[in-house]
Amino acid sequence: MVSPIKSYKNTFLILFFALALICFVNISLGSVYIPLKQIFLSIINGDVEKDSWRSIVLSYRIPKAITAIIVGSGLSISGLLMQTLFRNPLAGPFVLGISSGASLGVAILILGASFFGATLSSYAFTNFGLAIAASLGAFLVLSAVMLAAIKVRNTMSILIIGLMFGSLTASVISILAYFSSASQLQQYMFWSFGSLGNLSWKEITVLLTTFLIGILLVVFIIKPLNSLLLGENYAKSMGVNVKKTRNLILIATSLLTGVITAFSGPIAFIGLAVPHLTKLLFNTSNHKILLPAVAISGAIIMLICDSIAQLPTSEFTLPINAITSLFGAPIIIWLLVRKRKIYY
Amino acid sequence: MKDQAKHIIKIDNLSIGYSSKKKTITIASNLNIQLQTGNMVCLLGKNGIGKSTLLRTLTKVQPTLKGEIFINNANLNSLSNNELAKTLSLVLTERLPDSSLTVFELVALGRQPFTNWIGYLTSEDLQIIYTAFEKTNTKHLMNSKCYELSDGQLQRVLIARALAQNTPIIVLDEPTAHLDIHHTINTFSLLKNLASEFNKTIIISTHETNLALQLADELWLMSPSKFISGKTDELIEKNALDLLFDSKLISFNKTLKQFTISNS
Repeated sequence: MVSPIKSYKNTFLILFFALALICFVNISLGSVYIPLKQIFLSIINGDVEKDSWRSIVLSYRIPKAITAIIVGSGLSISGLLMQTLFRNPLAGPFVLGISSGASLGVAILILGASFFGATLSSYAFTNFGLAIAASLGAFLVLSAVMLAAIKVRNTMSILIIGLMFGSLTASVISILAYFSSASQLQQYMFWSFGSLGNLSWKEITVLLTTFLIGILLVVFIIKPLNSLLLGENYAKSMGVNVKKTRNLILIATSLLTGVITAFSGPIAFIGLAVPHLTKLLFNTSNHKILLPAVAISGAIIMLICDSIAQLPTSEFTLPINAITSLFGAPIIIWLLVRKRKIYY
Repeated sequence: MKDQAKHIIKIDNLSIGYSSKKKTITIASNLNIQLQTGNMVCLLGKNGIGKSTLLRTLTKVQPTLKGEIFINNANLNSLSNNELAKTLSLVLTERLPDSSLTVFELVALGRQPFTNWIGYLTSEDLQIIYTAFEKTNTKHLMNSKCYELSDGQLQRVLIARALAQNTPIIVLDEPTAHLDIHHTINTFSLLKNLASEFNKTIIISTHETNLALQLADELWLMSPSKFISGKTDELIEKNALDLLFDSKLISFNKTLKQFTISNS
């Protein structure tokens, strides 16, 4: 007796192939032209013509590609988790207030420095300083949302509480922005554009470890996630501990989204759009298939966006946040118009 | 003790309702039920009388206010979620959230209390799922998406899911609320069949009073004054049904075994 649940083996093979291809394309593109053969040689530690090429590939392009993969799949998985938990297509990884918290942390660091009359050393404004401020802010707002989440029984209320915290922090940021100088504003804006580059291998190790812990948690909730598709009452009647599952989902999402936002800024759209895109492509709600599919699709789309953002052969790099929405939104709209409805 | 062993469900002096820190709202009290396996029970009562509350209490969705519930001789409170899921399955009246689950995937979810951590379906699980399809006559729908089904088909598929859970007790909350008379009768006779042939205990809350009177082995009647349970024929004999709707517009006709509009 065979199970008629499709395994999508071929689709996954194609996706993996696409991921490998786009990964290589992404590494080969950049402001400096490096011949393909030389890139390959740098990766396998062979004889490279110029030492600068090797260091560009090894300490800039490859870390950036890895970051893109982690950011893309982490945010997409978080988005899927939130959409299933809240049974709401508008839910994304940031509904728990993580992005607004991180923004608040960074806004206080950059915009608030003069506001509070403090003089911070220039160290505070480095990558790592910003990451710490973002983490602290995200952690604070997330804790507030979580505390509220423990109090409320209704899952939908958590969604609204998350959104309210978002508005709250946005208004605090507006007030800070109102009193700050143009250069400070510009610096804050640059952070909020998001960025995948400039991560050292050490930072990537932190990112990767947290990512893997988050993924491990998610693997263990695949089964209850599927029963949640029938609603909480059915899930409970099938022996699922709904409250425990809900908490695990919230923890996994916070880990994934929190660490990603801390290192790469509030990258919008991916977490909301990729789950939709994947559901349209795979036409399934089964999380055993959706989760890996969303993870790979997220990585592919992030790599494509990053490749576009660095404007091949030019010295400019466009903000990654602009690219994700600029190219993602029309695709989603086109798919929806063509297919009419997404089922969750 | 010997007497107790025969009862799949035994309810002693139960009070149901809602309690919060401030106050307790009792919806019904003094409920006593002794039910044997292989029976189809219909729970009848007016809107808002507490049928859903009783079912929610019986299925451990909400706590009891007073009294005790025994399922298969085990106290309901001592059963874990998973143990309960192996004894009692549900068909709810609420709409399913939108999803692109296939019918097979939906029915297969019924195996969750028995499958491993990732939900792998063994050949035994598959066997039970296919049997559930056969019993409900829904095998041809297996590869359809749930959103493609009509209300009547969906109801049968949801019953198939409960059957896949392979529990001795199935509880259904207004399973025919959205169905026309053809599908209503169809659903009721399917359930009756499951009770008599496969020795399932089926508990249905319903407003199909006349149909329930014809098909149910036992009735649980909820009226404002009291709760009565017993065999359908005995209850008709005892004129217990007159209590159900304390209205001058409706009366129970003993010879027809039906409720009719009073011609007064």
